[in-house]
Amino acid sequence: MEALLNQVITQVGSVILGKERPIRLALACLLARGHLLIEDLPGVGKTTLAHVFATTLGLRFNRIQFTSDLLPADILGVAVYERESGEFRFHPGPIFAQLILADEVNRATPKTQSALLEAMEEHQVTSEGETRPLPEPFFVIATQNPVNQIGTFPLPESQLDRFLMRIELGYPDVAAERALLAGRDRRDLLAELPPVMTPEQLVQAQAQVRAVKVSPALLDYVQALLEYSRRSPHFLTGLSPRAGLGLLAGARAWALLAGRDYALPEDVQAVLPHVAGHRLQQVQSEGARGSEGLAVWFNEVAIP
Amino acid sequence: MNLPRHGRLWLLGALAAVLLPQLLRLPPWLIPYCLALLGWRLAIDLRGWPLPGRPLRLLLTLAGVGAVLLGYRTLFGPDAGLALLSVMLCLKLLELRSLRDAMLVIFMGWFLVAGGFLVDQSIFVGAYLLFTVLLLTAALVALNHPAGSAHRDYLRRAGLLLMQALPIMMVLFLLFPRLPGPLWGIPKNALSAQTSISDHMTLGNITELADSEAVAFRVQFDGPVPPADQLYWRGPVLWITDGRRWDPIRRESPPRWFGEPAGHEPLGEAMRYALTLEPHDQHWVFALELPAAVPRELTLTADFQLLLSRRLTARQRFELAAHTTYRTGALPEEQRRLALQLPSGRNLRTRELARQWSTLAPAEIVAAALAHFRDQPYWYTRRPPLLGDDAIDEFLFDSRRGFCEHYAAAFVTLMRGAGVPARIVTGYQGGESNPLADYLIVRQSRAHAWAEVWLEDGGWLRVDPTAVIPAARVETETDLQRFRSTSAPMLNVDLHWLTRNLAQLRYGWDALNNAWNQWVLGYNHLRQKELLQRLGLLRFGWQGAAAMMAAAIGLVLMVVALQLLRRGRRPRDPVLRLYERYCHRLERLGLRRAPHEGPAAFARRAEGLRPDLAPAIREISALYIALRYGTADSATALPRLRTAVSRLPWA
Repeated sequence: MEALLNQVITQVGSVILGKERPIRLALACLLARGHLLIEDLPGVGKTTLAHVFATTLGLRFNRIQFTSDLLPADILGVAVYERESGEFRFHPGPIFAQLILADEVNRATPKTQSALLEAMEEHQVTSEGETRPLPEPFFVIATQNPVNQIGTFPLPESQLDRFLMRIELGYPDVAAERALLAGRDRRDLLAELPPVMTPEQLVQAQAQVRAVKVSPALLDYVQALLEYSRRSPHFLTGLSPRAGLGLLAGARAWALLAGRDYALPEDVQAVLPHVAGHRLQQVQSEGARGSEGLAVWFNEVAIP
Repeated sequence: MNLPRHGRLWLLGALAAVLLPQLLRLPPWLIPYCLALLGWRLAIDLRGWPLPGRPLRLLLTLAGVGAVLLGYRTLFGPDAGLALLSVMLCLKLLELRSLRDAMLVIFMGWFLVAGGFLVDQSIFVGAYLLFTVLLLTAALVALNHPAGSAHRDYLRRAGLLLMQALPIMMVLFLLFPRLPGPLWGIPKNALSAQTSISDHMTLGNITELADSEAVAFRVQFDGPVPPADQLYWRGPVLWITDGRRWDPIRRESPPRWFGEPAGHEPLGEAMRYALTLEPHDQHWVFALELPAAVPRELTLTADFQLLLSRRLTARQRFELAAHTTYRTGALPEEQRRLALQLPSGRNLRTRELARQWSTLAPAEIVAAALAHFRDQPYWYTRRPPLLGDDAIDEFLFDSRRGFCEHYAAAFVTLMRGAGVPARIVTGYQGGESNPLADYLIVRQSRAHAWAEVWLEDGGWLRVDPTAVIPAARVETETDLQRFRSTSAPMLNVDLHWLTRNLAQLRYGWDALNNAWNQWVLGYNHLRQKELLQRLGLLRFGWQGAAAMMAAAIGLVLMVVALQLLRRGRRPRDPVLRLYERYCHRLERLGLRRAPHEGPAAFARRAEGLRPDLAPAIREISALYIALRYGTADSATALPRLRTAVSRLPWA
């Protein structure tokens, strides 16, 4: 399984150049059955990342471009009256797929955003009084432009909590950019990619993540981190118990990617900034910090 | 009821154990009373009976106090006090509601345990009371454990608490200022004297010699133990006789009998020994003949007895010395008169026999008398027949059966009749050495009487007429014979083995008792003084001892506090402790692990900085990670981790 997962990382990395860590985090998020929020400027490869993941993992892929006039029914689907049969028939929306790219999720109105987020949480869609399950595995990659751009509805904290991780892609380094510029068109490349895994194998890998051992010593560390976030003067509010569960799930997935069947404090540290970053409200006067700065704060917590 | 059920049951069980020794001593009507109250409490706990109301409790209290009054005629004093405390403890159980009540009961229980020492201070009772302290403490733990836990856990925690109290106990025991004399209020029976040698002897009214195995005293020699025929432990010396009864010269007699004796000239080295005398409620101290050095609290009389100025009511240790070979000096006229005293008109046949020898030299008279006992059919028996007023005559010429008293008295009478000054010495003869420890046990069954004659050239000379009776004429009933007669014959094969082991067991037990007596019960103000002197603290007096005690307890508490603080910081998990040792050693090598640095990350960094140590670092980290976070079996991996860490170089 480890070999297979590394193959996935290698293949995704062949398209998204020089971004091994974000790719790894994205895969860990997927294995931990969480949803991913990518926050970055336009044009750094967010969409391509989602697309290449879908292709590599053999997942049914839908892209939803969020705009300010997008309505919930445009995502979930709508019941249409059919003249021949004389009854309403449900036309599933784009959400009925295995990997959804919710592009620029902060451009839609809160009403539409919440329709998506509820589907993410419940893994099912309720429309016209009828509940329909979403396919498995189900994975949402939402992208978001940094908040200070014009014409956006920033996601409230309660909604951000639905995402297991938030990652940034950032500009490629010089060598990677050169390769990108010199290389072939990414779209052509994408079309040629073979699937490396089947969805069944992915479900199997997710089950394996849940079986990764978490020792009491590690739980001590996770609790110390949670406690720190709640007491620290740097944050307005601390991490929720759900964040704690997410931290563990992410650490387990990270451990599996490293080929281990037990999790280490290092696994927790690897995912911590990405699990905690979007959940913590930092005290304004200190200025917001990125995930790296967050890691520095959490370094105050000794490993028990 | 906000007390946890398991705690209440523990409390009840512990109290039952505490009350048990008390119950055995209570007046008979109080036993069912206490048992009924305990049973009632058990029904409250197990069956959910309601607690009794106030009028009923009041009635029960009055009845209990009345019952104590009926038994002891008072509510004061140790016996009645302990009974009253037992009764009140049982009564308190009927209004046990809150934790406060339970704590009160436990404190009363501890008090009762301490009270138990007033009654009996033997090692058995000590061990039992210690056990009840453990039970009470475990009950206290259980009561404060709302969720409940395994019974073993309560006991373990209680044991731990008691162990922590041990150093403080030791300090208090050794340094708490001790008062001379027995503890105030200890009832007389706690120190009751055993039947021992009395200060007089009467021939013929004892028809069976008690064969008591009780210990009279124990002796530890500085050097080798002298041969058994020199082990004569001198007690009261009897001079005055009415023909049947023999008495010492009383202490109230002229004071010149005390102080410097006629003096004796030692032949050979003094033999030093320590004698631990069981309390016998008398003045005399048994000493090896003849006493050499005399401790300050003792007096040596003219007839070489060691006397204590008070009665011996507690076990005491004496440092003594003796000359087993000696020559005493001249005989003062008054002593000569007393040593020849015989009642007129008594034992005429004996005096007639003695008169036949009076022409001989004194040494020949002694030899003649001994030959008489040896050659005539005299028997040694522990069950002599009754004798009348002319006891010596009846013994010498009619019954010819007797034990040491008969032979000593008859011999002395013969000597005096023939004009040789003589007297009876009572005491103990011999002793069995404990093979498991280096000391001698002298039991009551070793009680003996022998004679002393005064000869012109040697002074007072010990003569033991009983010793000349040939073994064939000794009627003995050994322990083994008595044991045989009561056991089935089929056991005979194993008897030897059994008795040998029983003897072994008895010696072991005696050694234990001796240690307990010497070091626990016998630790009095004198020995405390000795200890303080050895520590060089004597010149500070009891204030110094108290200050020393406070300082020592403070030190103990500080050590405990430090331990607790360290435990707060230092992990108790052996895996973690080994890892910390590893980190510590690497730190001395200049590789410091940041607190937040995970083991794998630290190992990677350390390997990069010290490639020479890379294999060791890799192995230790892998083992530590597998043990702490992974699924490694600690039975195999922990020793490997230990050896790997111990192989790391120092600095």
